Amino acid sequence: MLELQNISFSAEENGIKKEILKDINLKVEERFVAVTGPNGSGKSTLAKIIAGIITPTSGRIILDGEDITELSITDKAKAGISFAFQQPVRFKGLTVKDLISLAAGKSLKVSEVCHILSEVGLCAKDYVNRELNSSLSGGELKRIEIAMIMARGTKLSIFDEPEAGIDLWSFQNLIRVFENMYKDINGSILIISHQERILNIADKVVVIADGQVSRVGAKEEVLPDLLGKNIACKTLTDKIS
Amino acid sequence: MDIDKIQMTLLEQVADLHTVPEGAYNIRANGQMAGRNTTANIDIITKEDKSGIDIKVKPGTKKESIHIPVVLSQSGLKETVYNDFYIGEGADVTIIAGCGIHNSGDKESAHSGIHRFFVEKNARVRYVEKHYGQGDGNGERVMNPTTEINLSEGAYLEMETVQIKGIDSTKRVTKGKVSDNATLIIHEKIMTHGKQYAETDFTVDMDGEDSSVNLISRSVAKGNSTQVFRSRINGNNRCVGHSECDAIIMEDGHVSAIPELTANDIDANLIHEAAIGKIAGDQLIKLMTLGLTEKEAEEQIVSGFLK
Repeated sequence: MLELQNISFSAEENGIKKEILKDINLKVEERFVAVTGPNGSGKSTLAKIIAGIITPTSGRIILDGEDITELSITDKAKAGISFAFQQPVRFKGLTVKDLISLAAGKSLKVSEVCHILSEVGLCAKDYVNRELNSSLSGGELKRIEIAMIMARGTKLSIFDEPEAGIDLWSFQNLIRVFENMYKDINGSILIISHQERILNIADKVVVIADGQVSRVGAKEEVLPDLLGKNIACKTLTDKIS
Repeated sequence: MDIDKIQMTLLEQVADLHTVPEGAYNIRANGQMAGRNTTANIDIITKEDKSGIDIKVKPGTKKESIHIPVVLSQSGLKETVYNDFYIGEGADVTIIAGCGIHNSGDKESAHSGIHRFFVEKNARVRYVEKHYGQGDGNGERVMNPTTEINLSEGAYLEMETVQIKGIDSTKRVTKGKVSDNATLIIHEKIMTHGKQYAETDFTVDMDGEDSSVNLISRSVAKGNSTQVFRSRINGNNRCVGHSECDAIIMEDGHVSAIPELTANDIDANLIHEAAIGKIAGDQLIKLMTLGLTEKEAEEQIVSGFLK
């Protein structure tokens, strides 16, 4: 179980101190927890703090009763945290097989890589020896990013907007990937998303707005309010209705 | 073969040889011939006017290989060797060259290999060249290879040149002349460390209609080492030319990329790309989130880049 205690983070922007996260308290003990909220509300910062990429200004991060706040990125990864980037990183020279093997922590056979890639809807024979370079599309990179997290199989997997930057067709498949992951995962999934269909899979939905937790609850409680909020003008709502 | 243990390790490094190679070969150790084999289709002849060999491949020879490694283990030995390759029409061969220097003395050891290729109509050549140095002496290990490539109509030559370790100073000059419908591809991989210096100098004349050339260099400059990459492509006809220099700098490494593209024909299509920089921070972070330390992440990125 992951527990965030009084997490705050502030950064200086043009000489002015800006509070990005304010006193966040959150428990992730369910199988699938979704974090949502407006752009710029601090969701990605929170994910990076958990993964160790950003150090919080104050507060503690507790994983299974152990305080991991001060651990490095590497040690947090070893402690059981995986993090799928919103924008997957490209590597000249490293292949899909190399990266999945690094994620698994051992050299994998092609058949093992094949199994993992098939989980994210990719056929190994087309991808196993492909370099993770700019020849891959955004949707392909996203799936490989997810495959790396599956290969690790840690107790906490964090996904930062997996739907960002991919086309509608890829998104449809992605939903299935997460639906399957929900069934098979051994630990917890913490997913940042704006997508209703992803929020629908969640056991718990957390809304972050203006750097604070504004709402936490079962999807049945939170979603109707969230989706029902009508703040747009009539011209827009007429168009999208 | 008349070679010792040190020379054998050099052979393993530069030509992946653990035993006598199959097919044609000529092994040169400390300036002397240490072994040679010819086949029905491939002849190797010692030059009479200067040091070196002529390699003659009969027209139509298919899927044969030629190994011509050079090893130096005598400190202070300096040599210049002239090797000419005549590849007959329609032949398809692989040539594995390479040079290894072991210097445990205080004097400079140097090998300059001057290789000329005459590739006849529609012949195909894969040419692999590895350079490697070892030994704990203070004497420098120097290699200055020159490669001249002449491709006739429809000919194809793909060259892989690799220098990963142990060469203190190198100037690598490659010149190409490409005829109608001929293709020249060069992949270069270099890693330098300490105070090493490596200079690459490509000049390719694309004389033929629909000729094409692709020069791809990937390099890593560590420590206080310096690399210079110079590529000149002259498009003298309807042709496609591309060169690419991709370099990672680490610590106090220095890299210069100097492209020169000249179009002398309205249908010449020439491109140069160069990217030099340190390892991207997000690449390191990504691998660290998989459980690698920063140093392990760096090693993976560098070895993948030079793979």
